This record gives sequence, structure tokens and C-alpha cells, in this order.
Amino acid sequence: MSTARNEWPLWEVFVRSKQGLEHKHSGSLHAVDAAQALQMARDVYTRRQEGVSIWVVPSSQITASAPDDKAELFEPMADKIYRHPTFYEIPDEVGHM
Amino acid sequence: MYTQALDLPDPHAAPLKAVAAQSDAAQDALQTRFDAKIDADGKIEPQDWMPEAYRKTLVRQISQHAHSEIIGMQPEGNWISRAPSLKRKAILLAKVQDEGGHGLYLYSAAETLGTSRDQVLDALHTGKAKYSSIFNYPTLTWADMGVIGWLVDGAAIMNQVPICRCSYGPYARAMIRICKEESFHQRQGFENLMVMMAGTPAQRAMVQDAVNRWWWPVLAMFGPPDADSPNSAQGMRWGIKRISNDDLRQKFVDATVPQAKVLGVTLPDPDLKWDEGKQCHDYGAIDWDEFWATVNGNGPCNKERLATRVKAHESGQWVREAAMAHARKQQQRAMKEAA
Repeated sequence: MSTARNEWPLWEVFVRSKQGLEHKHSGSLHAVDAAQALQMARDVYTRRQEGVSIWVVPSSQITASAPDDKAELFEPMADKIYRHPTFYEIPDEVGHM
Repeated sequence: MYTQALDLPDPHAAPLKAVAAQSDAAQDALQTRFDAKIDADGKIEPQDWMPEAYRKTLVRQISQHAHSEIIGMQPEGNWISRAPSLKRKAILLAKVQDEGGHGLYLYSAAETLGTSRDQVLDALHTGKAKYSSIFNYPTLTWADMGVIGWLVDGAAIMNQVPICRCSYGPYARAMIRICKEESFHQRQGFENLMVMMAGTPAQRAMVQDAVNRWWWPVLAMFGPPDADSPNSAQGMRWGIKRISNDDLRQKFVDATVPQAKVLGVTLPDPDLKWDEGKQCHDYGAIDWDEFWATVNGNGPCNKERLATRVKAHESGQWVREAAMAHARKQQQRAMKEAA
């Protein structure tokens, strides 16, 4: 029985679907190094021209916010509606800039 | 390619308890929050708290699904070198590569639940984990390639589209990716059969023979009748399963009957007929003894499929080790040069 220690490291794959758009998370895969991860990402995640550029990042290098911190991190923004243009009422003839 | 709504309980696992024995207030709060999220049709993500039974069910279902994709490469791989034209060969190669890709998406989704790739592969190789019973049937003629696309992938689409709305985020996202590619599988199969049906009487007979052999195993793919699926209710409660086995099977039969007419083949069921009252098709009894025999290791190709899979894994062992050793050496060299 193989052990986790012999597993190839896990990588997260980000794909830019077309020129001008941002890279988006597609999924993950196992590879020995960055070059192999790129090559595998191409085979696994872009078989139908889904991308023009790929990033691979070792999964262990990603720091994520904790679900429990959701309220602390994001809720303070809920009552700051004045940050949105719709908060302000101005005459129609002014129009949109 | 194809999950089957086969959420078989792990015979080695202890029975799941509805309520944890040592449940304390904190645990209750987490459970309440989880239930509320499920009720609101929200998504559960890897870092979120989830009941142990939910996690186990998902690991089992997603890995069974992944195994089905990987084992499913074999019956079709059987025909790559014998495809009748370069075009058909390219299509079949692309399809088998997709199956491998689908397996990889799903293994990744299973790993987000804290199970390692090695663990799920070990479960497959030791025969502990199941995969879809359909892949334990042989692919005897070229017409089987068309029928697998039309019926097996068609059944898979019926099964998989509802899983795109599964409550577990990584599984749902993997399924969306898979479903987008599945449509190609089904259509290439149907078109393949249309070409054969426009051919010689021998070719038409070959298609009919393939339909006769695959029809009943395909109906069984949807899993046991609702009455015999004790896990279904829990799966529905958790938003993992959205439509019952029998309902999916009925939908499939109703969709397939007109397609068979277009193709000009007969479905091998004398009891198959339109029920005006119920506004759906009645169909004959499925041989569940054969289904369970196949699931439990005694189908026509179980031993061959598993042996091929284990051999591929073992033969690849030195490659995996060599690639790892090479990467380590490259890394050490780079560090030495930097120093």
C-alpha cells in the first residue's frame, strides 16, 4: 500500500480563458514540479481551447481566509451603501458619466 | 462519463448514527448552521464544517464516480486500434482522453474532503471501492462504441445534470465541467450509429445486436429501485442527490424511445409501451439479480477490468518514482547554483 508521502505534490490550476480576462481557478492536479504541472494542466483543463494562459501554484502555498472569519471580514461592508453610485439621488438630466 | 446513482454503503463502515453521542452545544450550533445552509440551497465548501457522515458519503460517491470514469476507459480503449477510419479513431481517442480527464476532476474533488489520491486508488485496486456496473460488460463489436455513446453516455447525462446542483461546491463544479463535455460523447455515438444504419444489412444487424445487449444493463445503471435505496432519502436531504433513481430511469426511457425510432432500431423489451394515463412509458422488469452479481464482482468482465487497472498502476510505479527523483535532483541543483 502506498503512502501519502510518495504522492506527487498537489497544484492549483488557474486558466485565462481569453486575452484581456483574468486567470480563474479551474481545479487541481498532482505533478512533480512546476513544468510538469503546466503540461498536465494543459491536458486536463484545456482540451477544448478553454485557455490562452495557465498559472500553476503549489496548493500548500495558498493561504485562505477561514470560514469563521467571514462575518468579521466581509460584513462591515454591508452597511456602507454610500460606497455605491445608486446611493445618490441626482436629477435625471444630469445623466450618467 | 457515467456515474450511476449507486451510492452503495461501505460494508466495512460502522452504521452511521443520526446524532453524535457526545454532541455538545458547539457541535449543535455547527450542525444547525450546516442544516440552514443546505435548506437555503447554499454551497458547502472544503473548509466549512460538515457532518462526518456527509463527508464520508461524498468521498464514497465522488470516488466511485471517478473510478467509473477511469475504468470506463477500458471498454472503449479496446477499439481504438480497430476503429474503421482515421476520423473515428481521432474521435474515440478524444473521448477516452475525456474520460481520463473526468476521472482527474473528480479525484481532485474527492481530495478536497481530506482523502488522499493514494487512499482512493488503493480502495479501487483492493476491490473495496465500487464503480459503475456498466463497465463490466464487454465491447464485442464496433457498434458497441456507438451504443455506449448513445445509451450509456445518454444515461450518464440524465444522472449527472442534477449533480451539477449538488450542495458540495467542488463536486458541483467538477460536474459542470464534465456535463459540458458529455454532450459530445452522446452525439458522436448517435451519429456513428446513424452512419451504420444507413449501411449494409450486416451493419444494421450489428447495431441492433449491440442495442439488445446494452439496453438492460443501461437501465440498471440508474441504480436500485427507490424502495431498495435506503440511502436516497439522506442524500436528498443533504442536496447530494436531487432526483430519485426511478424518476431518472423513467426520464431516460421516455427520452430514448423516440430516438430509437429515428435510428430505426427496436428496444428489446416486449412490455415497453406508452401509458396514456400516466403520460410516460411502461417498461419490463429489470433483472436485479444480474445487477447485484455484477456490482459484487461477478459480472462478465469484473476481474479483467480490475486486473488491467492494477497492472497499469503497478507498471507505472517506476515512472512516478523516477519523475519524483528527477524533480528533487533538479531542485537540489538549482539550490546549489543559487548558493
